[in-house]
Amino acid sequence: MTIRKFYYGDYGESKNGAADISSANSSSGVGSEWPLWEVFIRSKQGLDHKHAGSLHAADAAMAIENARDVYTRRMEGVSIWVVESKHIHASNPDDADALYDPANDKAYRHPTFYNLPEAVKHM
Amino acid sequence: METNLETVFQDKVDQEIKIEPKDWMPDKYRQTLIRQISQHAHSEIVGMLPEGNWITRAPSLRRKAILIAKVQDEAGHGLYLYSAAETLGISRDEMYDQLHTGKAKYSSIFNYPTLTWADIGAIGWLVDGAAILNQIPLCRTSFGPYARAMVRVCKEESFHQRQGFELLLTLSQGTEAQKDMCQDAINRWWWPSLMMFGPNDDASPHTAQSMKWKIKRFSNDELRQKFIDMIAEQVKVLNMVLPDADLKWNEERKHYDFGKINWEEFWQVVGGNGPCNKQRLDARKKAWADGAWVREAATAYAEKKLMS
Repeated sequence: MTIRKFYYGDYGESKNGAADISSANSSSGVGSEWPLWEVFIRSKQGLDHKHAGSLHAADAAMAIENARDVYTRRMEGVSIWVVESKHIHASNPDDADALYDPANDKAYRHPTFYNLPEAVKHM
Repeated sequence: METNLETVFQDKVDQEIKIEPKDWMPDKYRQTLIRQISQHAHSEIVGMLPEGNWITRAPSLRRKAILIAKVQDEAGHGLYLYSAAETLGISRDEMYDQLHTGKAKYSSIFNYPTLTWADIGAIGWLVDGAAILNQIPLCRTSFGPYARAMVRVCKEESFHQRQGFELLLTLSQGTEAQKDMCQDAINRWWWPSLMMFGPNDDASPHTAQSMKWKIKRFSNDELRQKFIDMIAEQVKVLNMVLPDADLKWNEERKHYDFGKINWEEFWQVVGGNGPCNKQRLDARKKAWADGAWVREAATAYAEKKLMS
């Protein structure tokens, strides 16, 4: 039965309902994909590179060329970094408490922690 | 355990904290997003076809440059969205496969033909106009990568609508034949544009869940009404009319009333029986098949460079 679930960007599908991400049974050469690359763009000289998105490319040179076409069509950048996605290691969101909470009770690391007399200028 | 995770998830959504790819999420949320984002991506890619049809016949170099830029944007939008969907665990090839086998759909609007140059204007003004109304709330959708992709898309989309209106405005001030062409294009694209918002709210049973997950923020009918109110005013600037005898300002509702939408036609086109369904899908499949040797050659060349 077709699941009729329609809102913008979702037009239903003709076979089995929700997208089945485990079904790789195709004849179109699944497994031969070009590797995935993460793209970082420096928007202007002096600023840092910022993650813009990702794309597929056969090698680094092609990844940079494609990044130029996909992510800088409107002068969004002056420099591009690409790194193959498999080389990115990320912290686990489940560890967020353990990793970032300890800083919560160290207010003395911030200048506003210290009360100084009005008379003190330029500090 | 499961309920607990689900509560944490819903709490985040309620507090407008974005869900990121590595965060726990309900399976249904993941699947709903995969489907919505990939089909949105397919729409951008298939959407290049009706307009690409006119690139070689654009009436001036200026119009041609604009149209190429617009079609190139659609390709970019498709890629942003495919990347966002990939963060949820589906591969690009699987998505292409779903499109090519007809399992995944794309917006039905692209199954209508572009018969005249004025259609390019009507698509920009009406089709992209409707798309923008749908897309703006998606910039705040709960899944981070989708929201960020949509911010990029929306920034770029605004020129698409404006160039379309400008194109029609030029025709509307031209010869009788040009005016007729303009009106004809509006006549043919108006109703399909209204269908882009999807069925009426009472026929769209899953809206509530998507609202709760903040994937979606406004109902189909709300957005459709907003679009009609907007276009009904803009069409006056063109000195054209919308093909709806029932279109009338309702002082009480402070909205335009409008005629009945032909949902039979909508379901026919969704079901594969629109004027261009087969043509569009064949064009996609052919492009994919014809590009196979390029993909293989690039892979072989990359490998060869690694060896040397």
